[in-house]
Parts: sequence; C-alpha cells; structure tokens
Amino acid sequence: MTTAPAIELKGISKAFGPVQANKDINIRVMPGTIHGIIGENGAGKSTLMSILYGFYKADAGEIFIGGKKTAIPDSQAAIAAGIGMVFQHFKLVENFTVLENVVLGAEEGAWLTPSLAKARKLLTELAAEYELNVDPDALIQDLGVGMQQRVEILKALYRQAEILILDEPTGVLTPAEADHLFRILEGLRAQGKTIILITHKLREIMEVTDTVSVMRRGEMTATVKTAETSPELLAELMVGRKVLLRVDKVPAKPGKTVLSVDNLRVVDDKGVERLRGVSLNVRAGEILGIAGVAGNGQSELLQVLGGIRTGTGRITLNGEEIDLTGKHSDAGTRRARGIAHVPEDRHREGLILDFFAWENVGFGYHHDPKYNRGLLMDNDALRRDTEAKIAKFDVRPADCWQTAKNFSGGNQQKLVIARELERNPDLLLIGQPTRGVDIGAIEFIHQQIVALRDAGKAVLMVSVELDEILSLSDRIAVMFDGRIMGERLPHETNERELGLMMAGITDTDRDVPVQEVAANLGHTVGAKP
Amino acid sequence: MDLNTLIQILDSTIRLATPLLLACLAGLFSERAGVFDIGLEAKMLVAAFFSAAVAASTGSVWLGLLAGIAASMVFALIHGIASITFRGDQLISGVALNFLASGMTVLIARDWFNQGGRTPPLDYGSGRFEPITLPYADALAGVPVLGPVYGGMISGHSILVYVAFAMVPLTWYILFRTRFGLRLRAVGENPGAVDTAGISVVRLRYSAVLIAGVLCGIAGAYLATGLAAGFVRDMTAGRGFIALAALIFAKWRPWYALGACLLFGLLDAIGNRYQSIELLGISVPAQLMQALPYILTVVILAGFVGKAIPPRAGGEAYVKER
Repeated sequence: MTTAPAIELKGISKAFGPVQANKDINIRVMPGTIHGIIGENGAGKSTLMSILYGFYKADAGEIFIGGKKTAIPDSQAAIAAGIGMVFQHFKLVENFTVLENVVLGAEEGAWLTPSLAKARKLLTELAAEYELNVDPDALIQDLGVGMQQRVEILKALYRQAEILILDEPTGVLTPAEADHLFRILEGLRAQGKTIILITHKLREIMEVTDTVSVMRRGEMTATVKTAETSPELLAELMVGRKVLLRVDKVPAKPGKTVLSVDNLRVVDDKGVERLRGVSLNVRAGEILGIAGVAGNGQSELLQVLGGIRTGTGRITLNGEEIDLTGKHSDAGTRRARGIAHVPEDRHREGLILDFFAWENVGFGYHHDPKYNRGLLMDNDALRRDTEAKIAKFDVRPADCWQTAKNFSGGNQQKLVIARELERNPDLLLIGQPTRGVDIGAIEFIHQQIVALRDAGKAVLMVSVELDEILSLSDRIAVMFDGRIMGERLPHETNERELGLMMAGITDTDRDVPVQEVAANLGHTVGAKP
Repeated sequence: MDLNTLIQILDSTIRLATPLLLACLAGLFSERAGVFDIGLEAKMLVAAFFSAAVAASTGSVWLGLLAGIAASMVFALIHGIASITFRGDQLISGVALNFLASGMTVLIARDWFNQGGRTPPLDYGSGRFEPITLPYADALAGVPVLGPVYGGMISGHSILVYVAFAMVPLTWYILFRTRFGLRLRAVGENPGAVDTAGISVVRLRYSAVLIAGVLCGIAGAYLATGLAAGFVRDMTAGRGFIALAALIFAKWRPWYALGACLLFGLLDAIGNRYQSIELLGISVPAQLMQALPYILTVVILAGFVGKAIPPRAGGEAYVKER
C-alpha cells in the first residue's frame, strides 16, 4: 500500500509532574477508517488526543498528518491541519444558536452577517450530505444532547476537518441515538474521512471500528484489526489480566418480600408528575434491575425510597409501612430501618469531594455509637474503620487521608459502596453502580452486589446500561414516562426488546423504525418537523 | 409642574445619566467577556482625578481626557493581570482597586496642589468641557414644546454626553453584529468553546477589560471636567456601584442599559431638585430624596428585576481542563 497514514504518532511521551500520562506512544491510522482507542479511565487516551488537538505539548515525539511532519502547538494549528474534535463535555455556547456556534472562531471576516449567511448555506449542504439535520436557528440550550453532539460534528466539518476525534461520544446518548451516531460515522467514513473513536465500551469498538488500539497506564499495549479480536481479548489487554465480562452467579433463591411499593406517585417542583403509579416488589435474595432511558422516573423512584424526596402511595419494608411524607420520612430513618442507598450521582449525593475519605465513610452514620465517645466524635475509631473498609474493598490509594476528589471514579464508587454495604442492610438501593468506573472495578462491584444478594438481601438496582441490567438482574422492570412498562426475566428477553420497551413500545414483535423510538423519547432524530 | 421645570429635570437627568451610562457599558463589555468588574468606581475615580489634574496643569481639557483614560486603563490592566493572567478572585481585585483609587487620588492631590485633596477649580476654556449648542437650537427656540425640548434638553451638553449616548448603538452593534462581539459574548458564556475553536481566551478578555478601561476613563473625565469643575475626594460617590446595579437591571444588554441609567439619572435629578418635598402633608427630608437612587438600587437588586441571568462563565478564571 502506498497511501500515507492519515495520522501517525511516533514516540509520543507526556508527563504531568511525576505521572507519566503517555509513554512512547506509536500509532498509525489509515485514511477512511474508523480507529478505536480503548482503555480504562486514566489510561492516557484523553491526554494523547489533547496532544493531537494542540491542548498540550508532548515532551517527546513526532506527529505526522497525511505523511507530513506537523507541529501542533495549539488548537488553531490542529484545525488548520484538518483535525476536528468532539469533546465528551460539549464545547458549545448554550445561549447561542446552532449557526453562531458553528461559525465561532471560523468567521469569514470582521462582520457577522455575511459569515452567518455563508455558514447557513454550507450547513444545509453538510446536513444533506451526512444526514446531520439540525435547525440552524435553534438555541443550543433547547436541543437534546444527541442534537448538541451533531452540532459539534458539524462544527468540525465546517472547518473542513478530514480527521474527526470523538471522545466517549455515547456516554450521554440513548441506545437509539448511539446507533444513529454510528451510522453518521459510517457515512463520514464512506466520504473518506478518518475517525478516531475514544471509548471504554467494548461493544462499541466491536460494532463500529476497523482497527483498535488498546492503552493501559499510559502505554499503547496493542493495535489490532477489530475483525481479528474479541471483547474478552480487548478487556484482558486493557486491564492486564483476565476479566470476567459476564457475571458469575448462581440462580437466585428468592425469599419473602422485603420491599413492596404500591401506586407510588411523585410530583416534582415544577408540578410535573414524574412517577405515575409505580408498583413493584423486591424479595430477599434477588436483584431487581430497573432499566430505562435516563429521566423516565428511575431517579425519583430511588430518591423516594432513599428518603430524599417525598411522594404518595404505600411502601412497606418487611411488611411494615414506611412514612413517605411525615417526620419519619427522612433518609436517616430509612437507614436506621435497614435501607442502604448508593445514589446515582456519587459526586452530588454520595460524597463530599473536598472531604477526606474517612469523613466520607462516616457520612450518614455519625450517630453510630462506635464512632462516638460521649459528646465528641471518636475520629480515630472512624479512621480505623475506614482503613478496614479500604482494605476490604481494595480502594486505591489505600489512604484514608486522601480527599474524595483524588480517587478515580471507580475508587470513589468503592468508597460509597463500602460505606453502605458494610452496614449489612436488608435492602440495597443502588443507582448506576458502575457509571464512570473502570472494567476491573466493574467486575469487583458486580461481585459485591451479587454477594449481598446471595446473603439473602434484597437489591433494587437502577441502571441505564442494558448490559449491566441483563447480566446482573434476576428480574428486570422497564420504566418509561414514570410507569413500569413491564417485567421480564433476563434469560427470556434481549437488548432489542428492552430497548423498545424503554421507548414506550409494548408491541415489540413488529419492525419498529428508529424515528418512532426517537419521537417517543422526545429526542429529535433527523429534521425537526 | 410646568414644562420648563420638566425640561430642566430631564436636562439634568441626561447629564447625571452620562457617567452612569459610560460606566455601565464598561461593565457590560467586561462582564460579557466573563470578568466581573466591581472596580468601575475605582477606574472612574482615578480618571476623574488625572483628567482634572492634567487639565488644570496644562489648561487643555483634551490632554486631561487622555490622562484620565490612560489612568483608567492602567487600573483595568491591573485588574486584568490579577484576574486573567494570575486567575485571582475578580471581586477581591475589584475591591482592592476601589480602596487604592480612593486613597491614592487624595494623597497625590494633596502633594500636587496643596488644596486639601482637591484640584484647582476648572473654568470653561481652560480645562473644562464646554457645552455644545446643536445646530438650529437658537432658530427653533421660538417653536412651542419642540423649541425648549431641543434647545433646553437635547442641546447644550458637552461633547462627552453625546459620545456616551452614541456608545449605546455602537456597543450593540459591536456585540451582536461583529466577529469580535460574537467571540466576546462566547468567552463570557463558555470559554472552553472559544479555546477549542482556536481563539485566545486571554487576549479576548484583556481586550474587553481594556475597553472597559477606556469607557470608565471617559466617564471619570466627564465627572471632573464636564459635570463638575474639578476633582474632589471620592467624587464618584458610588456611581460605579449604581452602574453595576443598572447593568444587572439591564440584564447585560446595551439598550436596556440606556433605560436603566436614565432611570437612575432621573431619580438623581429629582433628588437634587426637590431638596424638600411635601407628600400627603408630610415633609419628606432632603436626605431621603438624595438617597432615592441608592434605595432603588437595593429594591431592584432585591428582586424586582425578574430573572437576570449573568454571563455563565462570569467571575471564573479560565483553566484548561485535563
């Protein structure tokens, strides 16, 4: 083959202080391909791409674009070299229109009107060419995340990017939207564009890439053709040891009903009904998985059960009614009665990031006599307890004097789980157990949840990851628009059926077009009506 | 109240609104770019002093204006260095500048002129901006209503007043119809978007802060060499803060800023004219009338504005994320 690689990196190294973020990275990406880069959080993927986009200067190494050695000292140079980047957190101005965002930084001249007119024309052409329809006059804040991402892609194409880097693009998308994104990427590839897809999801790599590079601890451990590899092999390359992608578990032996929810309703601050009569049961020794697209009432369900939101209806725990609105409706009372809660958003509800690990491990259990000595808290006891939990749950760094923000996502989650699980609750509420957590830690967290269930406890798990729901649950309930759409057993259903139920479609045997799914979810796929 | 009184009050409103308007637009540029500026007061005060001092020494009002603008820009630059380059707290930097200006102007004035912290009084022709009579003001004087309105209210201000009012459409045009304006607004909302588009966040914010310096410079010069005849200590008297209140009232928009500043100017004018007023048989003390603009500030900021959404990245230094 005589074609030069679209991108070639030779010997790229970058250190932040003592941390070697990238070590002697070599990579070749051929034009007109989709190249995946996979690795755990902190493996150095984002640093490498930031170097390619001119955000950081590499300590050593060379960049070749289209066979030509290119220096990329800043983003301007990267754009000039034909590189476009779609960041994980979009770089859009919320109260600007789509058009203004696309034009920003690539204006034609000092006056806006002609620039905007020209951009409008080009945008229409691009939209037609790549199926990237967006209303140019819509404000970004009025668009769903899928549309916002499309604006980011349009921004890059408007700057005539030949190489498109996408950093964890599906993290915020629903399954239907992710599928649509992949079709757009395939369309771009067909037009000869080169795409680099950064992700930690093995399924996406297998589904859409041509070649894949694996990064671990700042090093590139392998580059393989996607067709010649398997998820198991990639996971092993990522983590450095064999990883169980499927959860190993014995069949559930459900006992008596622990949690019973009857006709639960929640109205939020804006007067919108978020739960419209939810009824469900969780029995001892089983995991009930709640599937659903984010925002369909799962969060509210967890919050009401956890005592941080009020609602109406009837909830019993071990046959005794729980106070939903009165003075015993608080989270403290729930915990005292044996409900542990690992919240969905650990940064907002699970931890105080600026506090030490040992302080975080004490939260909610400050009144525990073993942490107290008369009027004062026995911080030494709390710290000893924290150290024991850190050791048992393999939290790294194993230092109770680290502030919570200094732990990686997986280790933060382990801290929260250690705090809640060690209370030996009758019922565990757990939301998004592995969001932003590395594969190695996912395996560990899943094992802990299954161990709790095997110990005869009830688990109610909310997750937007269908893989997780399917592999962990003993029973699956699908939520849509504040209601339970139905229940399924994991071995009798599949992703497709669950995906359609998540979009409110009960008649799952027929062929359902993506537009119908998207319309039901309230996201716009394709042109605005 | 007859027409004449009304025209006199409105005439005075225009003059009193001018420094507010200039400072308000200065704050608008700075805050739209994401740099909060509570040092408007400081910049106006140093500009007032240096314009009066240089005008008094040289006899040239224009040299005075330039000196005022330069002094204000130096203060703007300090604010920029502290809050953009060194990513310091923008409020603290502003507070510090306010104290510095208040003390420094009096100290230098004492040493320079030996008149207890003021500059010598300025006269028309030797260091004070003269009123300009607009064309046809005399010819129209006889026409009822239009004559006095044009001649007594619109005509007869110093050049800086007209500059200030012309700045409103100009600011609007710059912000909403030019590339610079688009980038400036973007950097106040999401500097990350600007940075990744390959534009320097730092340079944009410095430009905005320096523009604020120029406008505050004109405002200060107008105070000392247009509205008054010379500098006296702390002569800005909180106008920088009232301009900030007007800015919030105006929701960071130029035309609304004009309205807000005219309202504050009107209250000021009424307070000045009716030192004592009988209302429902009770005589309202003069102090209350003079406090009107400040009371209004509190009332407005306490929530009469409706929902004022400040630029989203305001007050935060930009740090690239890893």
